Amino acid sequence: MKILVCPLNGPRPVSEFAYGGEVRPSPDPDTCSDAQWSDYVFNRSGSPGAKYEWWCHIASGFWFVVLRDTLRDVVLGTFPAEAVRQGLPPATGASTAGASAVPPRGPGVLSGPGVLSGPRESAS
Amino acid sequence: MFTRHDSLKAGYDVVIIGAGGHGLAAAYYLARDHGIRNVAVLEKGYLGGGNTGRNTTIIRSNYLTPEGVKFYDESLRLWQDLGEDFDLNLFYSARGHYTLAHTDSAMRTMRWRAEVNKHFGVRSEAVDAAFVKRGIPSIDMSCGGHAPILGALFHEPGAIARHDAVAWGYGRGADRRGVEIHQQTEVTGIRVQGGRVTGVETTRGFIATPKVLCAVAGYTPRVLDMVNLRTPIYVHPLQAMVSEPVKPWLDPIIVSGSLHVYVSQTARGELVMGASLDPYELHATRPTLDFVEGLASHMLDMFPFLSAVKVNRQWAGLADMTPDFAPIMGVTPVEGFYLDAGWGTWGFKATPVCGKTMSHTVATGRNHPLIEGFTFDRFARYQLTGEKGAASVGH
Repeated sequence: MKILVCPLNGPRPVSEFAYGGEVRPSPDPDTCSDAQWSDYVFNRSGSPGAKYEWWCHIASGFWFVVLRDTLRDVVLGTFPAEAVRQGLPPATGASTAGASAVPPRGPGVLSGPGVLSGPRESAS
Repeated sequence: MFTRHDSLKAGYDVVIIGAGGHGLAAAYYLARDHGIRNVAVLEKGYLGGGNTGRNTTIIRSNYLTPEGVKFYDESLRLWQDLGEDFDLNLFYSARGHYTLAHTDSAMRTMRWRAEVNKHFGVRSEAVDAAFVKRGIPSIDMSCGGHAPILGALFHEPGAIARHDAVAWGYGRGADRRGVEIHQQTEVTGIRVQGGRVTGVETTRGFIATPKVLCAVAGYTPRVLDMVNLRTPIYVHPLQAMVSEPVKPWLDPIIVSGSLHVYVSQTARGELVMGASLDPYELHATRPTLDFVEGLASHMLDMFPFLSAVKVNRQWAGLADMTPDFAPIMGVTPVEGFYLDAGWGTWGFKATPVCGKTMSHTVATGRNHPLIEGFTFDRFARYQLTGEKGAASVGH
């Protein structure tokens, strides 16, 4: 099982959490154009990289922010929800696409001893 | 099977990024139906090594929206004679396809889908529990006592096919007509001047071309960054697994949205099984043990006697998901840049019709009528296609 370190509850199996998508600033719906609004509602930054994301520990109902590299599945930091209002630092620490770096293990790393390795990459 | 080309030409009429089923099918129909043969298909890995070789090979057209039903039914029709066309055995095998309903609301959705399907001439029926039991005698109708089967949507033309052979067949058909397939050739940039595509940068040098078709599934957002286009596409892994081969006992294809399972038995006797998407964004294909545990437990709800059967292997693919569970296809704001994307978890069955419609779109510069519901600009117009109700497993 992958482990995610919750700022409130400590290391917990990732199945106890819900992913809430990327943290994205909303344009002002009263003043923005239809095009800006549809861009906000639908479009996403789909490429891999370091992204701030909303996560919720379901059992305790605790929402927080995770900075995660979506290419390697490595957590680079966690933040309280209030940090969003105060302004998050620029997302950094992303690996470049195709990087061969081995992800570090330990607290904050979204991978654990229960993860299988060496899959055969073909299908029937 | 394919011609080896030692070097790239300085330019092509069309460059297709991605030698999966969709890209190769487009190349094949461009050459066969439109006479455009000066085409290069560029593949950063190997032919058919992406989602074409990672899906669970199910072919069906029992969708929910009129746009979806018409589109997938044309694909199903195109599948029928492909093996002959390619002179290659695709192991296309019509099995019948059951989407099980475990609740009254699921049963209501099955009736809705059956009516939409029949309206467009697609053979689908809402059937009762007794019909399901006759069709799948070995199933535990109570599913371990906690999800009793009330009925199903039965789709007689539902089929499976050998997915690798689909890529090889389209590849060979295109190759014989003069299309160049370059594997181990990664696109690193797309040159756009004055809003028009003029060429692509690759790991083997620059190629001039006025038209680029992007058919790269989970890598779509990275290619779109090269032309500064934003879309709603987000990437989650989708996992699957197969069992060891066992004596043939399961003829139909079975899907259960409530239990998050789809399963069929291949000609080799292996059970091919899939479930729902992994729950968060990730651009890596390492599979997880949770997936095997969850899927195996749901398989045993339906077929308890499989408890001693071993899982042979598991894997993952990168699914390019859209908010309305419909693809994004056709022309884009960048002239000469065409998109065949947003195929998420439902792209394999559409391989032939995607090739057919995208080749028409690339050749004429105008969207094929069958893909009008899937256009790039539908989100800006707030006109989504809403195929979610027909996704085979609750995504």
